[in-house]
Amino acid sequence: MTWTSLNPWVATPEIFLLCAVCAILLIDLFISDAKRGITYVLTLLTLGVTAALVVAGHEPQARLGFSNSFLADALSDYAKLGMILGVALVLVYGRSYAKARGLYRGEFFTLALFSLLGMMVMASAVNFLTLYVGLELMSLSIYAMVALNRDSFASTEAAMKYFVLGALASGMLLYGMSMLYGATGTLDVFAIAKAIQQGSANNLLVVFGLVFVVTGLGFKFGAVPFHMWVPDVYQGAPTPMTQLISTAPKIAVFVFTLRVLAQALEGFAPDWRGMLMILAVLSIGLGNITAIAQTNIKRMFGYSTISHMGFVLLGILVATPNGYAASFFYVMSYLLMGAAGFGVLMLLSREGFEADQIADLKGLNQRSPWFALMMLFTMFSMAGIPVFLGFFAKLSVLKEIVNMQMVWLAVVAVAFSLIGAFYYLRVVKVMYFDNPESSEPLIAGFDAKVVLSINCLLLLVLGLMPNTLMTVLIDAVQRSIIPGVH
Amino acid sequence: MDMKSIYLLIPLAPLFGALIAGLFGWLIGRRAAHCVTIAGVAVSFGLSAYVLQYLLAGGESFNGTVYTWLTVNGVDLNVGFLVDNLTAMMMCVVTFVSLMVHLYTIGYMHEDPGYQRFFSYISLFTFSMLMLVMSNNFVQLFFGWEAVGLVSYLLIGFWFKRPTATFANLKAFLVNRVGDFGFLLGIGLVLAHFGSLDYAEVFAKAPELQNATISILPGTTWSLMTVTCILLFIGAMGKSAQFPLHVWLPDSMEGPTPISALIHAATMVTAGIFMVSRMSPLFEMSETALNFVLVIGAITALFMGFLGIIQNDIKRVVAYSTLSQLGYMTVALGASAYSVAVFHLMTHAFFKALLFLAAGSVIMGMHHDQDIRNMGGLRKYMKITWITSLLGSLALIGTPFLSGFYSKDSIILAVQASTLPGAGFAYFAVVAGVFVTAFYSFRMYFLVFHGKEQWMQKDHHHAHDADAHDEDEHHHGLGPNDKPHESPWVVTLPLVLLAIPSVLIGAWAMTPMLVGDFFKDVIFVNHDLHGAMAAVGEHAEDWYHMGMHAFVTLPFWLAVAGVASAYFFYMVKPEIPAALDRFFTSIGVKKLLEEKYYMDHLYINGFAAGGRALGTVLWKVGDTLLIDGLVVNGTAKLVGLFSNLTRRIQSGYIYHYAFAMILGALLLLTIWLGGLLQVQ
Repeated sequence: MTWTSLNPWVATPEIFLLCAVCAILLIDLFISDAKRGITYVLTLLTLGVTAALVVAGHEPQARLGFSNSFLADALSDYAKLGMILGVALVLVYGRSYAKARGLYRGEFFTLALFSLLGMMVMASAVNFLTLYVGLELMSLSIYAMVALNRDSFASTEAAMKYFVLGALASGMLLYGMSMLYGATGTLDVFAIAKAIQQGSANNLLVVFGLVFVVTGLGFKFGAVPFHMWVPDVYQGAPTPMTQLISTAPKIAVFVFTLRVLAQALEGFAPDWRGMLMILAVLSIGLGNITAIAQTNIKRMFGYSTISHMGFVLLGILVATPNGYAASFFYVMSYLLMGAAGFGVLMLLSREGFEADQIADLKGLNQRSPWFALMMLFTMFSMAGIPVFLGFFAKLSVLKEIVNMQMVWLAVVAVAFSLIGAFYYLRVVKVMYFDNPESSEPLIAGFDAKVVLSINCLLLLVLGLMPNTLMTVLIDAVQRSIIPGVH
Repeated sequence: MDMKSIYLLIPLAPLFGALIAGLFGWLIGRRAAHCVTIAGVAVSFGLSAYVLQYLLAGGESFNGTVYTWLTVNGVDLNVGFLVDNLTAMMMCVVTFVSLMVHLYTIGYMHEDPGYQRFFSYISLFTFSMLMLVMSNNFVQLFFGWEAVGLVSYLLIGFWFKRPTATFANLKAFLVNRVGDFGFLLGIGLVLAHFGSLDYAEVFAKAPELQNATISILPGTTWSLMTVTCILLFIGAMGKSAQFPLHVWLPDSMEGPTPISALIHAATMVTAGIFMVSRMSPLFEMSETALNFVLVIGAITALFMGFLGIIQNDIKRVVAYSTLSQLGYMTVALGASAYSVAVFHLMTHAFFKALLFLAAGSVIMGMHHDQDIRNMGGLRKYMKITWITSLLGSLALIGTPFLSGFYSKDSIILAVQASTLPGAGFAYFAVVAGVFVTAFYSFRMYFLVFHGKEQWMQKDHHHAHDADAHDEDEHHHGLGPNDKPHESPWVVTLPLVLLAIPSVLIGAWAMTPMLVGDFFKDVIFVNHDLHGAMAAVGEHAEDWYHMGMHAFVTLPFWLAVAGVASAYFFYMVKPEIPAALDRFFTSIGVKKLLEEKYYMDHLYINGFAAGGRALGTVLWKVGDTLLIDGLVVNGTAKLVGLFSNLTRRIQSGYIYHYAFAMILGALLLLTIWLGGLLQVQ
């Protein structure tokens, strides 16, 4: 391995992040609970610098490093910015919540940063081993975060389920990857693609491996029928962790999926398109229908995530750069919507009170008209009501689906979204038309309130000019994924 | 100004007045509102008179399109005018009566808050009626037909705060829908088989379709002409209140009296008569249809007259009289004596408008008490009203030399000569009707203008029957010491102006209309088959001889008998009607008449209630159960059910979850690997 092939500068943000996490880990040891604010600030600072490094290192053409196992391209750079934003929002919204529950400790920050490191590696990895390492780094950190509230029965149960099922999924993913290795003799994404293109791969083995890879990916997306963990973990985990699970990692998994399916296994698109179609339809259908019966809003968000991920899969299965871009747009939009939804929940929670029932939102309009309005924006956006960001996310995916002559699929998706509108609007109804059961003031910090407001307003502003974000993402995907070129 | 512009101006002048009074009435005030509408109608009347004079002087009749509204499948829907003698005569009658009613309204409605609205409506009516009579095609005819119906609806419910008025206008509207449905079907048949909606084209094509048949129910053949004519006549039955669609007309008396005179006596209700006369080339081709018309008219003429005898509301007496007279006109149509029908239409328009307006004058004098049992001796107080009423009544009963005599006697002559199967019954009906007419007319006349002042005998004059305007603010009636006053000149002037034609027009117009060629090329009669007109022509040589001859005929003496018995019963021996009343009550006839032959019962409890019951069933089963329950709520419930089902699957057991995952992976494996293995 030569220095040139190592080319470590492509990973500058990740390397900085790793160093910073270690430093914060050490510094935090010497900080008393009262001064935990220092860690908070340092962590946000680290996120800021990492983001700055991503932006600074961004170049129009893709750069390989670490013996062709690490790739910094437009797709990975934009994805990384999204993940950093997602993690930052978790920390900002979750601070008061964590403080009130004794979770406001060094581990909260360092684990979040480690999971981010894992995601960033996933986004850039173009070798199955690197991909897997990134995935595991992310997953293990998140398992630990879910269990951070050690005294909570629900949290530990959720962490246990997540871990066991996650291990099963990882095992399947790894098994699938090993099959692909067996079929092609390589772990490199582009080398696999080339081998398949040249016809030197064993079809049977590849499809066999593909099924397991899709299973593993489906688990990470939370797609039906690999979704069973989602509601339980969403409900059991402390709310900031739920927010983390539902936002940033989805972007990482999305990029991971593109690397494996769109780039390595491009030649087997007809097969994985069919598999994703099954997963997508089941996810959109089951997610929306089951969400209706939920009384726990975190669980409801769980099912809601399942249906949203169904839409992301819809975009991917179009298997064109525009389709991928639509999915990318969707997953980024969902990051903002999901963060906003959980942000409001954490705003409503306080010491000894967990806002996790739909009923807890009753009469929010009388308690805080502004945040009721913000939640209304979020719900409308998630339901896909026009002018909000979520509408354009759905629209862009559906447009690609229709362009591919799969109108029936679009009709199914729209029909279930219509059913799904019910539970989002129920939240709005509860906020505006029911009487409040509590008159406690909202205690969240000033930073959280400001950021949350900006976050929710973005749903409207970006909805008013959806092309800004969309053009950028289309451009990123088109520069990174060129069909047939490896 | 060329004739086309004149024809265009005639209907547009009242429309202009109506729009100004209706839209800007609030701005321009009462005076300006009645000025502009009266000016519009006066212009219209003046020009109509000019047109009539022009045509009588040998001017060309006009048939042409003014504006093509749209063209569908080669059929033009035009606005066009057909102005011939029939049209010109109708135009004059309509605009003259309308002008009189406009004048009269100034006095009659002067206290009413809806003054401008009322003027707007009656001017709009005049426009609609002119469009109807001037039309040269079926579409415009139908437009005018519906427009007069609309204005009639609005005016019956003019005092829309009264529940009885809204009930009456709804009833008029619904009953007319039944007639209009038939009318529309008739027009549809015309379009389907004649391929045109233009009168001239349709009439030109009629002879070749004389023996055409259609099959409505499978296996049956019907004469096209018969079906078309009967359907068109059903429209006339609704509009001209022929049995059994007559039920709305008595109730329409809820409207203000001026419109009862204009719409529900003189003009709109005669639209059906006019229409059938216009369609004479079609009706002449179907004996069956003519016979149907004859019998319906005869029933209406006689049986509605009976009902007039027991009414105590002054307007209702006149209303039943109108029904009966419309029956006479219809009988004339059935006997193929279209000219006679139109002639009677004209004379009736004058004397019936006169009677209604006189009744309105009486009502004003009585301070809005309409019960004739509370009146009496009014001749001392309201001289002009008294004299004009007497003239109107005499004209109505067919006193020789007055206008009603010529038209009514001609009808009787025509029916006598008719050879249709129903002619015997019709003849009996119209002859017996003469007695009945004379009896109820003079019963009313004597009770109102002669005898004792009944309101002075009453200690509490508020107790009268429910037909009176219970909730009307002016409703107070006369106190025992009050004296009725003659109405102002705007009310009495129209009475006088209407009395003149009521007396004279019959003698003046009979020669040209009945034996002359006034209706030549306008009304078509198949003289070989239908000799009625010829028979009329024989007897009606000129006004003097016809009048003198009357003294030796049965109808005259029946009329005298009617007047005499009315005098005897109500002036000399009031015990007799009371005794007769008890007798008829005991044998049930009174009840039958009071309930108006139970027609309202049949409609309200039969058709209306049946329709509502059917609607309720459809609503409960179709809408609530099937659509709302099964489709709408059912979908929601189904989703909810699924939702609960899928929620149950989420058991919380980790091995269930793992099992689901493995099952999913196996599913994908079987599908894709299975497919692949089969290929290999």
